[in-house]
Amino acid sequence: MAKIKLSEKKIQELKDVCKTFNNDKGELINVLHKAQSLFGYLPAELQEIIAKELNCSVAHVYGVVTFYSYFTMLPKGKHPVSICLGTACYVRGAEKVLEEFKRQLKIQVGETTPDGKFSLSCLRCVGACGLAPVVLVGEKVYGRVAPDGVADIIAEYNT
Amino acid sequence: MAKIKYHMLVCGGTACHASQSEEILTKFKELIVSKGLETEVQAIKTGCFGFCEKGPIVKMMPDNTFYTQVKPGDCAEILEEHIIKGRKVTRLLYQDPETKERISDSRHMGFYKKQIRIALRNCGFINPENIEEYIARDGYLALGTVLTEMSPEAAIEILKKSGLRGRGGGGFPTGLKWEITRKVKAAQKYVVCNADEGDPGAFMDRSILEGDPHTVIEAMAINGYCTGASKGLVYIRAEYPLAVERLKIAMKQSREYGFLGEDIMGTDFSFDIDIRYGAGAFVCGEETALIHSMEGLRGEPTVKPPFPSESGYMGKPTNVNNVETYANIPVIFNKGADWFASIGTARSKGTKVFALAGKINNVGLIEVPMGITLREVIYEIGGGIRDDKEFKAVQTGGPSGGCLTKRHLDTPIDYDNLIAAGSMMGSGGMIVMDEDDCMVAIAKFYLQFTVEESCGKCSPCRIGNKRLHELLEKITQGNGTMEDIDKLRNLGTVIKDTSLCGLGQSSPNPALSTIDNFLDEYLEHVKDKKCRSKVCKSLMQYLVVPDKCIGCTLCARNCPVNAISGERKQVHLIDQEKCIKCGACLEKCKFGAIIIN
Ligand SMILES: Cc1cc2nc3c(=O)[nH]c(=O)nc-3n(C[C@H](O)[C@H](O)[C@H](O)COP(=O)(O)O)c2cc1C
Ligand code: SF4
Ligand code: FES
Repeated sequence: MAKIKLSEKKIQELKDVCKTFNNDKGELINVLHKAQSLFGYLPAELQEIIAKELNCSVAHVYGVVTFYSYFTMLPKGKHPVSICLGTACYVRGAEKVLEEFKRQLKIQVGETTPDGKFSLSCLRCVGACGLAPVVLVGEKVYGRVAPDGVADIIAEYNT
Repeated sequence: MAKIKYHMLVCGGTACHASQSEEILTKFKELIVSKGLETEVQAIKTGCFGFCEKGPIVKMMPDNTFYTQVKPGDCAEILEEHIIKGRKVTRLLYQDPETKERISDSRHMGFYKKQIRIALRNCGFINPENIEEYIARDGYLALGTVLTEMSPEAAIEILKKSGLRGRGGGGFPTGLKWEITRKVKAAQKYVVCNADEGDPGAFMDRSILEGDPHTVIEAMAINGYCTGASKGLVYIRAEYPLAVERLKIAMKQSREYGFLGEDIMGTDFSFDIDIRYGAGAFVCGEETALIHSMEGLRGEPTVKPPFPSESGYMGKPTNVNNVETYANIPVIFNKGADWFASIGTARSKGTKVFALAGKINNVGLIEVPMGITLREVIYEIGGGIRDDKEFKAVQTGGPSGGCLTKRHLDTPIDYDNLIAAGSMMGSGGMIVMDEDDCMVAIAKFYLQFTVEESCGKCSPCRIGNKRLHELLEKITQGNGTMEDIDKLRNLGTVIKDTSLCGLGQSSPNPALSTIDNFLDEYLEHVKDKKCRSKVCKSLMQYLVVPDKCIGCTLCARNCPVNAISGERKQVHLIDQEKCIKCGACLEKCKFGAIIIN
């Protein structure tokens, strides 16, 4: 993978984040949450900086990043689409909705469309089971999604 | 609140939030101002009412009128008719599916009749962002009583007498856990609130934190006093932003009112709470893994003993309890241990919150006394199975639990009976399944979950569950043998016996309990290569019924892989080699000419 160049300003921001947590290794997960909301994802370069600031090994940081599914090392699309595959959604047909998204966006789970607009992921229960099956685009929740409603959702973001 | 005549309670729970409840609230507020009714009418955002199926919900107090599926466009009518003219907006009232009668008072709805609300007592009644409303409903009264009138030992005694058991899954007696933590000598102790809620399909902890965050704060402070801890930590899923926000607001208010911080209520007891975030790992709900995660490490479980009560966060004694467990505690002190113990069964006291979901008419959050039967839950509260289909099973306990069947419809639900039936209470997910759900596929679904969520530390769980999943995959593809069913049984038992933590010790349950209860379905898959629920794709064929096909070409045009051929006005044919069994043709055909074999 090509090296990602981080701007000096961003690097400073990241260091400030570490500092607000007293450069404490025990706060690593909090630091990673902040870093991901700042950069959108956690590339290796970023992890190296965090390791240095918190005075621990890069392997340690990498171990934590890869353990938790919330953290990602790949950039997400502009409109991240997440399909709930929690049990309530599953029994109400979430898999078919997922298939339809895959088909229409022509990507697999974990991938991003070539134009960087959409990425596709699955998650487990967002707590809106009453609306199952549930799809999230960014923070927006779509309820009772049927396979033939998928095109409309995509179209909303395709202008 | 004194002068206000009407309160309009608008549900701000996640599901209603997603269907425009925020817009409804804003609209009401604007309308109230424009009509000059500010002194008489107040619109409030509350937590979840539980009746998510028909959200967004607007409830009018004091007359308990319950409007369902309200849209922002309905607000003006509700205000005009209900408040100004005193007439109910009948078309928005809940309609009883049986009698077709419109029910105006929520207390008469089947959904609420059998419920007893203890943990959810405030959800849907108060504005979770306003501490005064919590105080007005006896909030922080229990903390005051305990701090000023009781020794920690006496308070623990009350909790023990109440019979409260942990609601996070294990069902360990809460009073006993507190006593153990109390007795360990250490300069620093911690109390933790487990708000990781990993069971996919359960959302009670989220609803409590969103609808009544102060109750958790109050109970944690009581816990701190009783166990001798000055610091509390809430471990919450990062996927729950609304709950986090409400909790933060509540903590701030609580500090301002002196219920958190130094010298609480003028006593020498000091206590404060911090939030820690999860990052999407189911195993972090397990208490030792949760503690490691809070320490900034990978969330891998460790062997017990030592139990967290002895050596937990930073090696210090740590008392971990679940959100719903906490939500019961202030009430127990306010109403007494005897009152609490009078509800429920011999060994399971009080109520349990369940997230009722799946193929049921009334999806939502319910709180019922322990000992209620499945039949009451499904048919009286849940309003029966959707689309009049036939009930097949209820899955409780999530990925660690099992299925209950028709046989269990009249079994009283409590910790012990569920275990005897091969399932468990778990955190309270209750997924209802009908004749269209294939039990082999359901078992495979849960195993898929476990395989993804196993932390990988011990091999029975890491490798064994993968093998279980492969065997189930093989069966759903029509390649299974009788030997495979035996293998599932044997391997499942070994995994349960040898895994390190609760995840592996329970992960084979969905497979084992479906084999026990639905062996005939497994046999059909293996011997007859049939899936009666028409779920397992490899075992079905989409076919054109020549008599019904008029050759409209609609199916051919909709097939994503061009597997359908045929001239206009001629009978069409599906190429079984190409067909990916997506079902698009079946859905599109207007003449019922496509069938599944
Ligand atoms: C794999 C696994 C997942 C768990 N997930 C949760 C959870 O999401 N929430 C929870 O409160 N307890 C969960 N538990 C149970 C906790 O380990 C612990 O028993 C509980 O938080 C104790 O609180 P209680 O006594 O109040 O129930 C889980 C246990 C296991 C083995
Ligand atoms: S049983 Fe599974 S989740 Fe638990 S420690 Fe072993 S590998 Fe990890
Ligand atoms: S299972 Fe999808 S929102 Fe709960």
